[in-house]
Amino acid sequence: MLVRSSTAIAAICILSGAAFAQGAAKPTDPQIAHIAYTAGQLDIEAAKQALSKSTNRDVRAFAEGMVGDHTAVNKEALDLVTKLKVTPEDNDTSRALSKAAADKRAELARLSGADFDNAYVANEVAYHKTVNDALETTLIPFASNPELKSLLETGLKIFQGHEQHAEQVAAALK
Amino acid sequence: MLPGRYLLMFMVVIWGMISVPACAATIQVSIDNLVFSPAELKARVGDTITWINRDIVAHTATVRGGFDVKIEANSSPSLVLTKAGIVDYYCRFHPNMKGRMTITAE
Repeated sequence: MLVRSSTAIAAICILSGAAFAQGAAKPTDPQIAHIAYTAGQLDIEAAKQALSKSTNRDVRAFAEGMVGDHTAVNKEALDLVTKLKVTPEDNDTSRALSKAAADKRAELARLSGADFDNAYVANEVAYHKTVNDALETTLIPFASNPELKSLLETGLKIFQGHEQHAEQVAAALK
Repeated sequence: MLPGRYLLMFMVVIWGMISVPACAATIQVSIDNLVFSPAELKARVGDTITWINRDIVAHTATVRGGFDVKIEANSSPSLVLTKAGIVDYYCRFHPNMKGRMTITAE
């Protein structure tokens, strides 16, 4: 079930990436800003769920890191779009990400203890892989404003760190 | 059975070593965009390392089984080196950040 959901998110992003690559559906800066912001908010929500359910020290430390980092990056993003007078624009990719995350939250809500910890951390590995891939192949290349591009590049480095951190926590849980 | 003069000299040397430790240096390591810079450095026991975090997120300088310095966003915590050796450290929150210190005795 976990694998299927992760694959679904990956498929959404690959599809979105493919759609973006076809010219007409190139994401605009307002859409890119919306996707990046949404991806961050969804991970904060996932972390808050983990903090309400998990008692594992490593899992909680990871989740606290996610809340702190994504909050900091999204604050920068909001400051930047305000400065650039860009209004983030909702789009199919943001909606697909939100839908997949809501489904995953509902699935995780039914789990507890080690089952929850394993599923949450495995999903964090998959989620960051997907988002990082989308950043590398779509969002960063299509961003036209240099400041937006730079913030996305910083975000990518931070999220690559999260991916490795999640992998370490996942390995320690086994 | 040290002759008095040597004993005195010995005492002076020891006193010197105690009261004037080898010029301890402060070495700055900046953190910018998730990179420790310099990533590798040479230091001596007694030196102080100061990490200057210019990122918007918190980091750590962590050694497995060793020190663990929390480095908040826009902060500059310090650590006095107390042991010689080669120390590989990383950021617990972003394990893709790595640094190395080669620490020699005073």
